[in-house]
Amino acid sequence: MASSGFQADVKALQKHLAARHLIYQHQHNKQMSCPAMAQLLSNTLYYKRFFPYYSFNVLGGLDNEGKGCVFTYDAVGSYEKVGYSSQGSGSTLIMPFLDNQLKSPSPLLLPAQDAVTPLAEAEAIDLVKTVFASASERDIYTGDKLEIVVINADGIRREYMDLRKD
Amino acid sequence: MNFMALKQPENSLLGSESDSQRTLYPYVTGTSVAALKYKDGILMAADMGGSYGSTLRYKSVERMKPFGKHSLLGASGEISDFQEILHYLDELILYDNMWDDGNSLGPKEVHNYLTRVMYNRRNKFNPLWNSLVLGGVKNGNKYLGTVSMIGVNFEDNHVATGFGNHLARPILRQEWHENLSFEDGVKLLEKCMHVLLYRDRSAVNKLQIAKITKEGVTIHQPYSLKTYWEVSAFENPAQGAIGSW
Repeated sequence: MASSGFQADVKALQKHLAARHLIYQHQHNKQMSCPAMAQLLSNTLYYKRFFPYYSFNVLGGLDNEGKGCVFTYDAVGSYEKVGYSSQGSGSTLIMPFLDNQLKSPSPLLLPAQDAVTPLAEAEAIDLVKTVFASASERDIYTGDKLEIVVINADGIRREYMDLRKD
Repeated sequence: MNFMALKQPENSLLGSESDSQRTLYPYVTGTSVAALKYKDGILMAADMGGSYGSTLRYKSVERMKPFGKHSLLGASGEISDFQEILHYLDELILYDNMWDDGNSLGPKEVHNYLTRVMYNRRNKFNPLWNSLVLGGVKNGNKYLGTVSMIGVNFEDNHVATGFGNHLARPILRQEWHENLSFEDGVKLLEKCMHVLLYRDRSAVNKLQIAKITKEGVTIHQPYSLKTYWEVSAFENPAQGAIGSW
């Protein structure tokens, strides 16, 4: 789960969800799937509809079949399964570029088309690095350092990259 | 005549009735605290000033206090709220000791507790108007964290509050490294306090350095820094100013 916004609310929200995840594991003897966590996050956010968590989230992970999924949220819990997303102060700079590169099929299409983007892992990581380097140029709040979390069948891996420090 | 005056319920946050029930602005305040990790533990520095607006009202305020076996708390902001936090912490440590189970709350746990307290008070629109620095050593592990009045919290190798964020942290980023000796750590903190003394109007030239290691807490006697004001620009400030007299 990646969150942008007011840090104290972000920490509180992530702590809340981590606790709920632990309870789920105790009760169901398995890890929560990404779609399950997606619904939980939405409900948690809407619970504070009239005093919101000032947190703009993107949730990524694997569903029950082991396929990747990405969910994007607003501060009060509206969410959507998408092929890619960005949130936060740099999102206005990043999102159009992602749209250009990853052109997702419209969610209105029938029959529904898969939102999974046909990118190899190395290409995807390179794209993420490019996108943040670009956002750092023009967004004053984006910069210093980037953390990339890669989740696949082999597990979870983290990569770091320095960004402009001004 | 206002027939359509806004009628608010007693417990709303708008209006003067409820304002007496919550903190709106600070009154007696302390300025920056700076702290860093060094070889044996944590070093923390704060001056002893308690300002009442623009008046330097109190000049012997101890803004750093030890508590429990492993922790040291420094605060800037409203002094009365700091005293209230110390009261909460005394209670916390008391209950911890009453278990008498050989376990004691470490700095990380206390930092978490303070974060929860500050965040929940902020959510009730009645904040404790402080920025806190929490340092300690437990089982050989050094810990240094900070919490603000709105609940923003993190831990790092060096932290500062208030003006220290703007003036001290750049110095610390440049010159801090792992395994500083006690003397080097003090020198580095004094460098930060020097800059703060020159540039922060609410700073006073009477400061304390506190140290926490696995042996325990030591808060040194107050002392003052040597300052230099014979800068040529100050001698005849109007010299180059056109139109001045």
